[in-house]
Amino acid sequence: MAISEKDVKHVGWLARLALNDAEIRKFTQQLGVILEHAGKIAGLDTENVPPTSHAIPLKNVLREDKLGVCLTPEAALLNAPEKENQAFVVPKIV
Amino acid sequence: MEYESVIGLEIHVELDTESKMFCNCSTRFGEEPNTQTCPVCLGLPGSLPVANEKAIEYVIKSGLAIGCDISLYSQFHRKNYFYPDMPKNYQISQYDLPLCINGHVDLDMDDYETRIGVTRIHLEEDTGKLIHVGGAGRIAGAEYSLVDFNRAGVPLMEIVSEPDIRTPEEAKVYAQKLRAILISLGVSDCSMEKGSMRVDANVSIRPKGSTEFGVKTELKNLNSFRSLQRALTYEIERQKKALEEGEVIVQETRHWDESKNRTSILRTKEYAHDYRYFPDPDLVPMQFDSSWIESLKAEIPELPDERKQRFIRRFGLPAHDANLLTATKAMGDFFEEAVSIYAGDPKAISNWILGDLSYYLNTENLEIDESAITPKHIVEMLKLIDNGTISGKIAKEIFPEMFETGKMPQAIVEERGMTQISGEDEIAKIIDTVLAENAAVVQEYREGKERAFGFLVGQAMRLTKGRANPQLVNKLLREKL
Amino acid sequence: MELYKLTIHEAHEKLVSKEISAREFTESVFSRIDKVEDKVRSYLTLTKEIAFGQAEKVDRKIASGEKIGPLAGIPAAIKDVMCVEGVRTTCGSKILENYVPVYTSTAAKNLLNEGIIMTGKTNMDEFAMGSSTENSRFFPTRNPWDLERVPGGSSGGSATAVAAGEAIFSLGSDTGGSIRQPAALCGIVGMKPTYGLVSRYGLVAFASSLDQIGPFTKDVRDCAITLNYLIGHDPLDSTSVKIDKPDYTKALSDDLKGVKIGVPRELMVEGIDPKVREAVENALEVFGKSGAIVAETSLPNLDYALSAYYIIAPAEASSNLARFDGVRYGYRVPGTEDLMDMYMLTRAEGFGDEVKRRIMLGTYALSAGYYEAYYGQAQKVRTLIIRDFNRAFEEFDVLVSPTSPTTAFKIGEKIDDPLQMYLSDICTIPVNLAGLPAISVPCGMVDELPVGLHIIGKTLGEEMLLKVAYSFEQNFGWNEKPAL
Repeated sequence: MAISEKDVKHVGWLARLALNDAEIRKFTQQLGVILEHAGKIAGLDTENVPPTSHAIPLKNVLREDKLGVCLTPEAALLNAPEKENQAFVVPKIV
Repeated sequence: MEYESVIGLEIHVELDTESKMFCNCSTRFGEEPNTQTCPVCLGLPGSLPVANEKAIEYVIKSGLAIGCDISLYSQFHRKNYFYPDMPKNYQISQYDLPLCINGHVDLDMDDYETRIGVTRIHLEEDTGKLIHVGGAGRIAGAEYSLVDFNRAGVPLMEIVSEPDIRTPEEAKVYAQKLRAILISLGVSDCSMEKGSMRVDANVSIRPKGSTEFGVKTELKNLNSFRSLQRALTYEIERQKKALEEGEVIVQETRHWDESKNRTSILRTKEYAHDYRYFPDPDLVPMQFDSSWIESLKAEIPELPDERKQRFIRRFGLPAHDANLLTATKAMGDFFEEAVSIYAGDPKAISNWILGDLSYYLNTENLEIDESAITPKHIVEMLKLIDNGTISGKIAKEIFPEMFETGKMPQAIVEERGMTQISGEDEIAKIIDTVLAENAAVVQEYREGKERAFGFLVGQAMRLTKGRANPQLVNKLLREKL
Repeated sequence: MELYKLTIHEAHEKLVSKEISAREFTESVFSRIDKVEDKVRSYLTLTKEIAFGQAEKVDRKIASGEKIGPLAGIPAAIKDVMCVEGVRTTCGSKILENYVPVYTSTAAKNLLNEGIIMTGKTNMDEFAMGSSTENSRFFPTRNPWDLERVPGGSSGGSATAVAAGEAIFSLGSDTGGSIRQPAALCGIVGMKPTYGLVSRYGLVAFASSLDQIGPFTKDVRDCAITLNYLIGHDPLDSTSVKIDKPDYTKALSDDLKGVKIGVPRELMVEGIDPKVREAVENALEVFGKSGAIVAETSLPNLDYALSAYYIIAPAEASSNLARFDGVRYGYRVPGTEDLMDMYMLTRAEGFGDEVKRRIMLGTYALSAGYYEAYYGQAQKVRTLIIRDFNRAFEEFDVLVSPTSPTTAFKIGEKIDDPLQMYLSDICTIPVNLAGLPAISVPCGMVDELPVGLHIIGKTLGEEMLLKVAYSFEQNFGWNEKPAL
């Protein structure tokens, strides 16, 4: 299950990380080594073993449908890289 | 070749909770931008979600109402993709363990009945709102966009149907019926205008009799039941034409343009999404016991189908009427309120609601509870007919003014002097005039031409602009002749 | 005696008896910072003004005769991964270089409410990803015992602040060993509580199912005191556990009669520096003296823990770190054509290599076609590891191992070999996968560098864990300090 440069490119796109060719080569090599090590688990017999997503098995942690205090718009937009009319500005989408 | 269409609907419904799905910000609609946000729904670093119990109850109730199996064990997953209206760049949603599965909605199509399967109902969070600046407010051509996160995190229920729908009409009836059910449950206001109910349609066609599925397209921007029906009709025709001309249907998302009455490509599936679903580690699983589910079941109010049966039973309505009257909760409520203040035949009320009132509502594209006409209007009008103050014909004449202005029928009739003439003396005088002016016709009648009688009645009605009591005119005319 | 050398419990007595004031105490710590910070570089942000304001408040309280809690007036540092309202919180990343939170994390709030003196926010590996603090996008932190060496990580700054006397205690976060490993490498006490015991609200997430906040202290008693105020159910964290809050200081006793201590074979063999192993084996002798029974045991699936961890943690991280996109907060690369460009370039410039590696690793492990082989399988391995621990805890009260397979390594030594770096956490990682509490206490020196003894407890078994750690500390009697 070796990771290819094409995989790394695709994963970079999925994760929204611009990568240059040198980086693609470097990461392909490094991720390959790590995945090879991680691949050790592939051989383990886990049939009938349920997956664990939470180490501490809590259930039904729910909240009442009650209103609380919201942030002021100033606080909400405090760290905005760009704002206009009390909204966050993003560059054109398409 | 004869084709049949295969349609499945994905319906998103914003739940009518006080607070958002995973934080305690308000869900109010139409507030100033970014006034209803907090660290959680803005996705600020370090914030964590806690699920709203009411939203879960609402989804389970919805599931119970359409015969779903309720999952006793359920979980939230993260759906990962980047989009600027999504604060965390993942949406908390559900994947392989939705709250409800395997439901159905039965449709009464008047001349046949059909059952539409519901694959699943799951709970997720809504996204924020994008406002595009420049390019006439459309995403394509905009210079930049603004993001308002007030809506981000509002509880959103997604109801996915099986591809059981065969016609655009069925699609519309299915969506309307679901809406009626959800409104009866009180879980959402299901306003397509405000976007608290949003319908996406998947549609493909196949040769009639085939059991395989054709390539489907997904239709977006269906902002009313009318656009749902029209867009599907258009798209089915487009696909037929394409196939007949030897083209292939491409799996893609298409945008319905109501003003141009056509669909156009929004995006193709070439960049297939890879959502990388995985269980959200910030939220713990839900495990319900069946007694709790039972207690929710007990809270479910009368649903449209039950109401329809009651209307037939209690008010002696034909099934057709009962079906239409219970198609929306508001219409059923209107009818029941009218019946409660009217001693006469409920069918008369039904006739007016399904006849003139529905006609004007459709023309103006209004819901029954948005119109100026209330049950009181209809009942007062019926009483005026019953006591002979106006004729049915006059009632039809005053209806538009009543609809437009909300004036009570009595007032309109008085203002316009349209009360029925029922005084014998007054009518006798009119008949005398008619007889005098139509001596030749009177002669014909006396010679045995029964048709001449009708003509004379008509003349009396004409002279009184239709206000004369027709029974009296008949009676007095016979006497005089 | 210089006040910055005091422990929490020593200082508390002096504050209550008015022998010292919170102001003097704070001054002592800040003058120590002035003296050594250039060499060690524990802090990303110093909050001197806030600190003296807090000290004044505590002093007024003492002067008015009000009772103060054990943490009041104690100078403490907070890892820069926990939000404090109005104080820049960077997570060691360029992408949050100028980020100012609008709310305070529950853990920090709990301590601030107790009247701690916040000295500042400490350096760390970017987004807590690393074992050396070299992955900070700002500067590396140096080990006070040898400035050419790393302090461990990711909570390196919090460890050095305490080891170098720049804070009396500090908070760190531990996802795979990020508290315990630097505590070991810096010769202090560091604890990771049971998952869910300390609220994660306001802790910038690395791997949500593994992250846990915990204290760095000079001794085990201070650890127990801090833990008393750190824990508690938080309605804002769905994974927060509800328990009756114990007084952990009551568990401190040096009598271990009948206590069973297991030594997992898998954590004592491969990859452990022989000198470190020897130091740990010597330390185990001490337990015999206090009446405990020490025996070897086996948890075979621990061999797979590192592999499982390096799938689960990056998978969660890839999703957790998606929010850093230049839209709502943080760095945005200027002058981009469109949204996609903005996303791609902002994240490429905003994140360092290690963060990118883990994001890509996690994205890959979750992506279509690989999920079952990697993420799905890793979650099942997690189950096997938990089962191994459960079995071991049927027999033993605690398990012990070295905290880190080596002592502090040279700066730059492992930076280009991610896998070697990951192996630094081989003993600590299984604990996070199982959600267990564990502590590192100093257990001697190898080549003039401290070694840590790693003690692992049962789920919510903090009291036994602290008792064993305290007993060890009392009987081992180690009291070396770095010469700075």
